[in-house]
Amino acid sequence: MGALSDTSLADAFRRYAVDVIAPVADAWDAAEAIPRDVYTDLAAQGWLGGPLATKWGGHEWSAAVFGEFCAAIGGASMSLLSTLTVHHMAMSMIAQWGDESLQQRLLPAMVRGECLGGFALTEPGVGCAATDVATVAEKTASGYSLNGTKKWTSGGMLADGFVVLTRLGEEGPTAFWAERAAGGLTSTLISGMLGFRAAMNTEQQFAHVPVTDDAMLGPAGGGFAFVFNTGLDLGRFIIAWGSLGLMRASLTAAATYATTRRQFGKPLAEHQLIQRHLAEMHTSLRATEGLCRRAAELRDARAPNSIMETATAKYFASRAASRGADLAVQIHGAEGCGPGRPVQRYFRDARITELIEGSNEMQEIMLGQYAVAEYGRRPASPRRVKVTS
Amino acid sequence: MTKEDIAPQVHDFVAKFLQGAEFDDDDDIFALGLVNSLMAMQLVLFLEKEFAVKFAKAELKLDNFRTVERMTDLLLTKLQPAAN
Repeated sequence: MGALSDTSLADAFRRYAVDVIAPVADAWDAAEAIPRDVYTDLAAQGWLGGPLATKWGGHEWSAAVFGEFCAAIGGASMSLLSTLTVHHMAMSMIAQWGDESLQQRLLPAMVRGECLGGFALTEPGVGCAATDVATVAEKTASGYSLNGTKKWTSGGMLADGFVVLTRLGEEGPTAFWAERAAGGLTSTLISGMLGFRAAMNTEQQFAHVPVTDDAMLGPAGGGFAFVFNTGLDLGRFIIAWGSLGLMRASLTAAATYATTRRQFGKPLAEHQLIQRHLAEMHTSLRATEGLCRRAAELRDARAPNSIMETATAKYFASRAASRGADLAVQIHGAEGCGPGRPVQRYFRDARITELIEGSNEMQEIMLGQYAVAEYGRRPASPRRVKVTS
Repeated sequence: MTKEDIAPQVHDFVAKFLQGAEFDDDDDIFALGLVNSLMAMQLVLFLEKEFAVKFAKAELKLDNFRTVERMTDLLLTKLQPAAN
């Protein structure tokens, strides 16, 4: 697939999402599960780990191509995108922060879909204040032992291993890769979620889970500031583009329904109040596309502001996706609340995008600071040089 | 490059995020409480781009980025071999 142009790839993603994923997405939602062979098939298409280096089996996709992949998947099933998000976050963190021995062992298998990765950060008592994690890592003769409980772990029922944020003694927050096959890992499905129902969210018990020395990702103590923030930055990028896909799906459903449903002798689409809803959805969609593409360009350029511009895109896209899905339900009326239309799933899934990869309140705090840094007229802060003699 | 070439540029980048607060080159910018958890990543991207260096994993410790002085010293060690 790597030989296709970016446009052809984006078209292929959309066709696959519409023809293969969308028809079964509601059934996955009802079953609260996605079959494992879905990931095998995505790997066979060459679409797991697309942004990774070719030496690991990836295609070194540009951020924009990967974004279009996320948008296509998100438009069909945000649950599937959620599990792919954590898989790609895990791969990215291992590629950027892992020892080469770990990379060689894991990354090709993850690209082939033989090893699915998870992202274990949140705990029952710790959410956005991530550096307060209570899960501990202790040094052993052969590596480390991990103990603790994680919660809301996307794809936890399927994952073969997890990137885990722990506290390592005096060193502080430290990241590890922990494998299910090592023993001591128990996954309990959290059933009845509002949205992302098929994403197989779990509570994860780590009971004396052994990991090898080379399973530490990045430096001891750098687990959150660098390693997990790398993952979360990618997560925000994926959710921004996934929200864009969700908006496209909501608008497609709403506009299609509005042309077929007739009231007062004419299609809904000819009623001005419905046109207002469609105009708002269309405009928000275009604005979101612009923000997502800007984030992608800056990401490829490794620009320092790529991180905050990605947060900007995620913040806007998640809110716009929620509003778009809300309007799609509104246009459908009672029909949009029943099981026969995907818009009720879009509505539930969109709400989740405002909570994950840092709640939107956390984004607002960071973006408020960013706005001050970028636009604030601040008093001069002359560099003071201390003279020592 | 010398310390006097590097430190002012690092200082200016950091100052943008400190909302006008005065700080010295040996002040712990994270302890000042004015920057968020994404600051470390932004610093890495800025320093790598501005000074055309690539940090090794072992160098990416928060302690190396706590002060303008430490960032300057780290950059000097990385730029030194190329200068020789």
